[in-house]
This record gives sequence, structure tokens and C-alpha cells, in this order.
Amino acid sequence: MSFWEYANPKKFMQLSSVLLPWVAGLAVLCLCVGLVWGFFFTPDDYRQGATVKIIYLHVPAALMAINAWIMMLVASLIWIVRRHHVSALAARAAAPVGLTFTVIALATGAIWGQPMWGTWWAWDPRLTSFLILALFYLGYIAMWEAVENADTAADLTSVLCLVGSVFAVLSRYAVLFWNQGLHQGASLSMDAEENVADVFYHPLLVSIGGFVMLFVALVLLRTRTEIRARRLKALLNRERMA
Amino acid sequence: MMTVRDLCVARGGVPVLEGVSLSVAPGEALVLRGPNGIGKTTLLRTLAGLQPPLHGTIDAEADLIAYAGHSDGVKATLTVTENLTFWARVFGQGTIAPALAAFDLDRLADRAAQNLSAGQRRRLGLARLMVTGRPLWMLDEPTVSLDAASVAMFAGAVQAHCAAGGAAILATHIDLGFDGRILDLSPYKAVATVAPGGFDEAFE
Amino acid sequence: MIALLRRDLALAVRAGGGFGLGLAFFLVLCVLVPFGVGPEAAILSRIAPGILWIGALLSCLLSLDRIFALDFEDGSLDLLATAPVPLEGVTAVKALAHWLTTGLPLTLIAPGLGVLLNLPAEGYLWLVASLALGTPALSLIGAFGAALTVGLKRGGLLLSLLVLPLYVPTLIFGAQAAARGAAGMDAVTPLVLLAGLSAGTLALMPFAAAAALRINLR
Repeated sequence: MSFWEYANPKKFMQLSSVLLPWVAGLAVLCLCVGLVWGFFFTPDDYRQGATVKIIYLHVPAALMAINAWIMMLVASLIWIVRRHHVSALAARAAAPVGLTFTVIALATGAIWGQPMWGTWWAWDPRLTSFLILALFYLGYIAMWEAVENADTAADLTSVLCLVGSVFAVLSRYAVLFWNQGLHQGASLSMDAEENVADVFYHPLLVSIGGFVMLFVALVLLRTRTEIRARRLKALLNRERMA
Repeated sequence: MMTVRDLCVARGGVPVLEGVSLSVAPGEALVLRGPNGIGKTTLLRTLAGLQPPLHGTIDAEADLIAYAGHSDGVKATLTVTENLTFWARVFGQGTIAPALAAFDLDRLADRAAQNLSAGQRRRLGLARLMVTGRPLWMLDEPTVSLDAASVAMFAGAVQAHCAAGGAAILATHIDLGFDGRILDLSPYKAVATVAPGGFDEAFE
Repeated sequence: MIALLRRDLALAVRAGGGFGLGLAFFLVLCVLVPFGVGPEAAILSRIAPGILWIGALLSCLLSLDRIFALDFEDGSLDLLATAPVPLEGVTAVKALAHWLTTGLPLTLIAPGLGVLLNLPAEGYLWLVASLALGTPALSLIGAFGAALTVGLKRGGLLLSLLVLPLYVPTLIFGAQAAARGAAGMDAVTPLVLLAGLSAGTLALMPFAAAAALRINLR
């Protein structure tokens, strides 16, 4: 029994129909626990006051915005190398979800930035990088929409995703070179000294878990929809030819 | 020269022809026949290596094919000579004089392609085959917009090419007036409307 | 390959080739900017390097879809794909032809437009150097975008959407080099990074563009 068996659409549909309710339930549970815990049962920050609590939306959304792109990159590579259609469709399904997370990260960042930095928007390297990431998502989605033939679209978007990834990394460093910025350091890292305090840290972890589950659930759901759409198209095609 | 076994070709992901087997030997002209939409263009593009077959094998020597599709690949602002010289250089060939002579383009040699009539332009597109130096010509509806005299001229060029050890595969409806083996594609029309074993059939 | 380069150059400079359109656009853009931001010399000279870079970038973008679309429409691309030249070489040569007819002339007229925008005297050398090193990357990245969108009916708009985000690093390094040079600061670092970027795109983009072309020709 190999992992690649789930690349068979039939197997994938079976497995995903079993998994989906559990993943979705877990997402709801984690998000409820994490956000309620974070919003109501943590102390206010001594400097930032209650505004710091937006961290429970901002950080997980930002994290998933990047991870969604990485997932799309991996799925594109799998499509190029192994030609599994489910993989290409999963990449397609993930793009709007990733874009939404990027927009959430940008919006919550603006709401947080207003009281902290006194401005809704600053051309800070991190903010700018996320804006560029949003543009990459837009281009990727537009490419999928523009090409009629599904396999051609999968091939072209995969190439675009690969090249885009290289340029996304380049842009990140170029932007750092361009402006040093206001944004605080990473909220989470292996280096314990930089991390936020424990009281904030545990609910944050839970809500990150919730966002991960939410992402997986949405991608599973959307991939199922894409597969059904492909199937529908094939059936209509057959009807027309008969 | 070229041997094709059990070929299945698809247009836009939908199989159009399956089980096609054919072979071309030096000196031979193979004429593909079949109603519109049967997949002649798709087959030629697959044989020319422009698109992959769904399955089946194509055995061909390297640097074999000169392909001429529906469009001529003629640049309007370049002269006849410039157009031909460009393709001769790309294919590493020297002279374009025989090609000009064979298609009666000598008098038009210095005229810009945009000032040619449709038939003259088509002749220029066909003359391009001669400057490639490739042995197997693949022609997709080569006689479109040619008058009777030009068709005879073209048939003569194909015959001369075959007599010199070349070969040609043509998709055409009209009778060119020379002995070519005729392959009717109608029996090979694909039955299934989706690729066998393909993604769309993989689940119900 | 040489034949292809010569043909593309000949096509570009003959009637209807579009040569000069990009240059004219660049000129008009630089003339319009002062109307938008006001005629104060101090403000203009401060934003001049950035405006010149953005103008060059947009002028480049204007002619990108011609790189492959014309050859695709008239069937030349099919013939080139079956010719004994690697498609990677074809894309590289076509990007080079695009640069020779767009990037290079833009670089050469940029100092003239710098005068219009009050570019400080120290800036001219750095402006020309940064454009000379950066515009090849613009052409190469653009060739990739053009290859991606070549078969599409309304590819032009999508082409801009795909290519503009890819231009971000080039624009940042290029404009930084020009701006730092104009301000009398050290401009060598961004210039070196820009040269590295161009070299990197030269090494990678022809392969990516050829891959996209093969997919689109199917």
C-alpha cells in the first residue's frame, strides 16, 4: 500500500469524504478554544494593551499564507514529475484559500498597525512581502482561469509556480535590502528568547493548529469540488459526442 | 523511414484517432484522407513531434521532418528571398535558388511578402520545404488557395522530391495527379470520448 | 541562431515592427510625470531615478507580447520547434532581440529624459549602468511571461499581471542603484546584485520559457 494510491481520484474521494468531517470538526474546535482562550483569558500586554490579542488571527493567517504557497509548490512538483491529476487540482484548490489568508494577514496587520505605529499601512519589508505574495497568488489564479484545456493549465501554472517561488524568495531579500522596517521580529521561532511570553504562546499554538486544520479542510473540500467539476465536464463532453 | 504503430492521438485531451499504424519508405508519398474534424492535422502534428501521442510508438530517424501547417510562417515585411534565406539558415542549408525556381518565384524574389497574392504566398510557404533539406515532408492541406497551374507545380515538386529519395505525407482532399498511397483515416476514428485509463474515467 | 536574431531585428525595425513605440511611450511618460507631481526641481530630482526606472520597465512591458505571439499566429513557431535549433536557444535569442530593440535604446535615451526630470549630475552614470545591467533581466523574464501566455486570446493583460510581480527584485535593485548613485551614496552593492540577477535569469529563464512554449504548442 503506497502513499501514491491516494492520487487515484476514486481513492482520494473515499478517503477525503471520511477525513473531511473530522478535520473540519477539529478546525472548529481548535479555533474556538484558541480564539476564546486568547481573547478572554489572557492578560493585556503591558505595552500594547488589548490590541495585542489580534495576534491570534494575524500570526496564524500569515503563517498559513506562506505555507499554502509551499503546499502549492509541492503539489505542482508532484504534478510535473508524477502526473497525478489530484495533485494539480489540489494546487488549484489551495490558491484562493492562500490568497484569503494573505488578505486576512494584511488586514489584521493594518488594524494592529494603526494603534501601534499610528498608520494603517507602512512600506515595511514584511508587509510589502505579503503584498507581493498576494500579487503572485492573483497571477497564479488568473493563469488557471485563462487556459481552457485543463492539462495545459495544470502544466503552465506548475511552471509559473516554480518560477514564481524563486522570484518570491528573491523579492523577499530585495525588499529587505530596500527598506529595513518597523515590524517586530518573528513571533515564533526555535530560539526561545525571541518568543512571545508563555501566556500568549499556548493559545497561539492552539489557534495556529486551528488555522492549519481549517486550511486542510478547505483544500480537501475544494479539491473534491474540482474533481467533481472535471468529472461533470467529461460527462457533458461524452453526451455531446454521443 | 518512419514507422508508426498503434498510435492514439488526442485534440484538447479528447482522443480523435486510435490504432493508427503506417509506414513511409523513401520515394513514397502517403496521402491522408478523411472528413473534416477526423484528426488529420492532429495526426500530422503528433508525427512531427509537436505534441505527444496518448499512446503508441513513432519510430523515426533524427532530423527527418519538415512540417508545413495551415499557416505559412511567412513574414509580411520580409521579401521572398529574405523569408527563404532565413529558413535555409535555420536548417543549415546553403542555396535557395532551386526552391525559387521550382515554385516559379524567381520574378517575385525581391518583393515583400505582404504584396504577394494568397496563392503566391502559399507557394512561398511550400518552397520553404525545399530549403530545409529534410527528407520527409509533412503537408497539411498544401493546396489551399493554389490555382490549377500552381497545384501542378506543387505536385511536380513533391514527385521530384520523392524521386530523389525523399518522402511526403500529405493531408489533402484534391487529386494531385500522381501515384500516392492513400490512407483513409475514417476507420480509425476513436470510439471512446475520453482517454482510456485517463483521469476522467478513473472513478465513477 | 544568428539568422533568427537578424530576422527578428529586421522585423522589428521595418514598418509595423513596433520599434520606437516603446521609446515614444517612455518619452511621453516622463513628460507626464511633472504634470502629476508639480514642477519643483527638488522633488523631481529626488524621484527622477525611480520614475526613469518605472518608465523603462513599463515601456519594456509594452512590447513583450510581440516576442512570441506573432510567430505563434503565423505558424513560424511550429516550424522553429521542428527546426534543428533547441527551443531554449530560440527563447534566449528572441529575448536578446527584444533587449536590443527595447532595453538598449531605452538605456541610451534615459539620460536625455533625466535632463527633463532634473536628475542630479552624479546620477547619470549610475542610471545608465543600472539600466544596462537590469534591462536584460526585464527582457528575459518578459520572454518567460510571453511564452506562458502565447496561446491565449487575451493574453496581453494576463501577461502584465504575471510579469509585473516577477519584476519586483529587478526594479528594486535597479532603482536603488540609480537613486543611491544620484544621491552620492554607494551604489556598487545594488549594481552587483542587479548584475547577479540578470546573470541568474539568463541562466534559468530560457529553460522555463522553452518549457512553457512546448506546453503551449501541444
